[in-house]
Amino acid sequence: MTAPPRRASPPRPCIRTPAPEPLAFGRDAWHHHVTRIVAARDEVAGVRTYDLAFRDPDAAAGYVFAPGQFNMLYLPGIGEAAISISSDPRERAFVGHTVKAVGNVTQALERLGAGDEVVLRGPFGTAWPLEELRGRDVVIVTGGVGLASVRSAIFQIIAARGDYGRVAVLFGAKTPAGLIYTDEYDRWRAAGIEVLLTVDEADSNWTGRVGLVTALFDDLDLSPASSGLICCGPEPMMLAVVKRAGAAGIFPGDTYLSMERNMSCAARLCGLCQFGPEFVCRDGPVFPYDRIARFLEIRHL
Amino acid sequence: MRPRLAVYKFASCDGCQLQVIDVLGRARPHLGELAELLDIEHFLEARSRIGAGPYDVGLVEGSVSTPHDIERIKEIRQQCRFLVTIGACATAGGIQALRNWGQIDDFLSAVYATPAYIDTLATSDPVAAHVKVDFELRGCPIDPGQLASVISAFCVGRKPRLPGYSVCVECKERGTVCVAVAKGIPCLGPVTQAGCGGICPAHDRECFGCYGPDRQEPNLVSLTGFYERHGANRDSLGRLVQSFNAWAPEFRTEHDRLSGDAP
Amino acid sequence: MQPVWLPRHGLQHLINVLRDRGHRVVGPQVADGAVVYRDLADASLLPTGWLDHQDGGVYRLHHDPRAGTFDHVVGPHSLKNYLFPARETIEAWSRTPDGWQQTTPTYEPEQLAVIGIRGCDLAALAIQDRVFMGGESIDVRYKARREKLFVVAVNCRRAAATCFCHSMGCGPAAGPGFDIALTEVGDRFAIEAATEAGEAVLADITGRVSLVPLTPDEVASVRHVPETLRETMQARVAEEGKPRPRSLDTEKIRELLFENLTHPRWAEVADRCLSCANCTLVCPTCFCSSVGEVTDLTGDEVSRERQWASCFTLEHSQMHGANARPSTASRYRQWLTHKLAGWIDQFGTSGCTGCGRCITWCPVGIDITEEVAAIRESPASSPPLSPS
Repeated sequence: MTAPPRRASPPRPCIRTPAPEPLAFGRDAWHHHVTRIVAARDEVAGVRTYDLAFRDPDAAAGYVFAPGQFNMLYLPGIGEAAISISSDPRERAFVGHTVKAVGNVTQALERLGAGDEVVLRGPFGTAWPLEELRGRDVVIVTGGVGLASVRSAIFQIIAARGDYGRVAVLFGAKTPAGLIYTDEYDRWRAAGIEVLLTVDEADSNWTGRVGLVTALFDDLDLSPASSGLICCGPEPMMLAVVKRAGAAGIFPGDTYLSMERNMSCAARLCGLCQFGPEFVCRDGPVFPYDRIARFLEIRHL
Repeated sequence: MRPRLAVYKFASCDGCQLQVIDVLGRARPHLGELAELLDIEHFLEARSRIGAGPYDVGLVEGSVSTPHDIERIKEIRQQCRFLVTIGACATAGGIQALRNWGQIDDFLSAVYATPAYIDTLATSDPVAAHVKVDFELRGCPIDPGQLASVISAFCVGRKPRLPGYSVCVECKERGTVCVAVAKGIPCLGPVTQAGCGGICPAHDRECFGCYGPDRQEPNLVSLTGFYERHGANRDSLGRLVQSFNAWAPEFRTEHDRLSGDAP
Repeated sequence: MQPVWLPRHGLQHLINVLRDRGHRVVGPQVADGAVVYRDLADASLLPTGWLDHQDGGVYRLHHDPRAGTFDHVVGPHSLKNYLFPARETIEAWSRTPDGWQQTTPTYEPEQLAVIGIRGCDLAALAIQDRVFMGGESIDVRYKARREKLFVVAVNCRRAAATCFCHSMGCGPAAGPGFDIALTEVGDRFAIEAATEAGEAVLADITGRVSLVPLTPDEVASVRHVPETLRETMQARVAEEGKPRPRSLDTEKIRELLFENLTHPRWAEVADRCLSCANCTLVCPTCFCSSVGEVTDLTGDEVSRERQWASCFTLEHSQMHGANARPSTASRYRQWLTHKLAGWIDQFGTSGCTGCGRCITWCPVGIDITEEVAAIRESPASSPPLSPS
């Protein structure tokens, strides 16, 4: 079920009048489903998870996503926002989204509860390379609400736990109060996943590590050549992780990042999410690091 | 409960308040009766009944130009949960900010028989120079559609969405041929915040900056430099940037640069 | 089909036939100091005798009795204004007791015929087709309009100093994609059809005015009209007192630009650039858009308006709490590198057709060909771009 991330196609010869193409029969970019919130629960302050169920049973039956992909959540009259899918891909009753209330749409979502409607388009974008990583060790590095975008990958890995080698989740938050999904760590550990935590600022109850998520690599007994790394967080954090992972010996081609840009149509028609030659909505959000490395180095690209 | 609205006037021509009346009093396609969604508690230009504060939304027209204005705007700030300045006077000091370039005592003795009775500030200030402003609605006068969209956004609970681009976008949207390029008329459109719908160039004249400098690094030096190289007179360019939003920092700086007053 | 001669007065028959066949007819006309597209019922409104002088930030019309009907070149408008309008409502929603319902009316665009489309704009049409209809997800409204478009193309026999279609392989001959093409010769037009719809229109005209087939020699000489212009453009000889015609060296341009993302020229051009978005708005291929919510005051009736967006605005690159391209230099770099380099990865073609509109309609005359030449002149020494 997991769609492998699309690779860049080789550049085609350029600069001539393109021949008119036969009219395409693609699907309407704005095709949508109306869903209802079946559950909304607070993860930590300002972060909630919304489980959405399709109003139309056919839509529910036809909806399949792969971990790493995202949906556009639309509140009529308010606006639309790209939200990564955080639930178990095998879950058929609902699709989960963990959302930090930071913008117009996400703040309006906070005012909604069970029974309220949310319009959904998706799934969009590339997925985490869970097929390619079979048989290998997997290091998952995230910060803050970035854990939401890898949670569905964790579900999938647990469901096929024997197919993977050692699996570790390295997770950093600003404060202990910012650690999301805390009630799930024991289940992950029980499935043989190492869960390493760190915070930028401890409180009096915190006995764990304090510092950047990159420092957690020190606690990890890696077999770099057989490891793949997937990473989701703010860009500077991902760059630091890539550097640290590279120093540890993980190959750039085995490192995958989930990028963020301004998403509007999510169908590579509106142009807003461009990052160098990439449309983050279609060519990403998950990219192999070596594909975008040279563009990540450029400030304000 | 319906949001409670207050409207205030400072140094101004009342034109923006008339726009408020226009919006409140008229059914607009797609908008319905705005007045039915709000309780108008304080609006002296429109009604004499005054409901006691505090208010949910306060609209302020006009610039701060006297010591008494300063006291009054501070009081208003305390009374209004969401304070919106409306128009060029309230957001940038207005046309009356031209006095900021002169000596207030000279004006007083030239205009008033007994200047001693006049208690005024030396400058005409934007409201934001004295209190925190939650939202600015630009224009001379403000656009009724923008005002309605700000109020409806407030009622619905979404962020107001105003254009974040230059007047050129509005000209191109309505298909207006650029007066600067096709006729050589120096026009402030490329450095002016959109909002008016590109009215003036559609009537064959230049944009004179009613909506103030574009929010994103308006490059006035490049624009006036191009106009000058293509025959425009430096003094007239200085006057072009010195109108309703003369005291807006970017226009002010450019005026002073063009007139040689720059520090 | 064999080209035939259409006398000048036959243009009115062309318009009439198109209208009779149910098309809204649009064609070039002089208005507000420029040649723009407007609804056209009367052939006498075509800009016969008008020439355009174009240069960076400057457009002026002047009358010249020797000029033909189509000796002006491109004005500020293009097919984009019709196929991808600046603003349109794409969806409507109503809150009902049963929840949100989409109430978008069925979209039935008009049949549109546009007269006077040049090679550069035909290429732009093909590029926008790829953008809006070439992927897995498409813009259904664009497609609906596109399917009802009838194109009357014109082979250019004159170029403005801002034209560089020859560099981009998009002109001056009208490439594929038209229904009918005209080549102006003396007091008549060689007219040829390339589609069944075009032939049907020619057949209808035949009933109203006699269309004489071109002799083989005439065909050859008509074909030579844009070819002669191409040679002139390539020679880049300036007429006296006129600016030197533009050209753009496209050799390995994708590599050149992506290897020079930190070139000092970006900061230099940002000193001149106004970030006003004009270049993107007049560009016939720029396709960015954003969607805004329009509601009644209760929020129960909602429409969604798609509107042109521009990479020169901060809104374009706004993310939560940060902006991806906060400076004019970064935004100009985005526009130029996307147009000439990123587009090649994305759509297999350059995004530039050499129409020159971005040069003419830039209020300060920034010239895309000059900017590329400046980078080519002193390329930075960044690592070479891999082919994929």
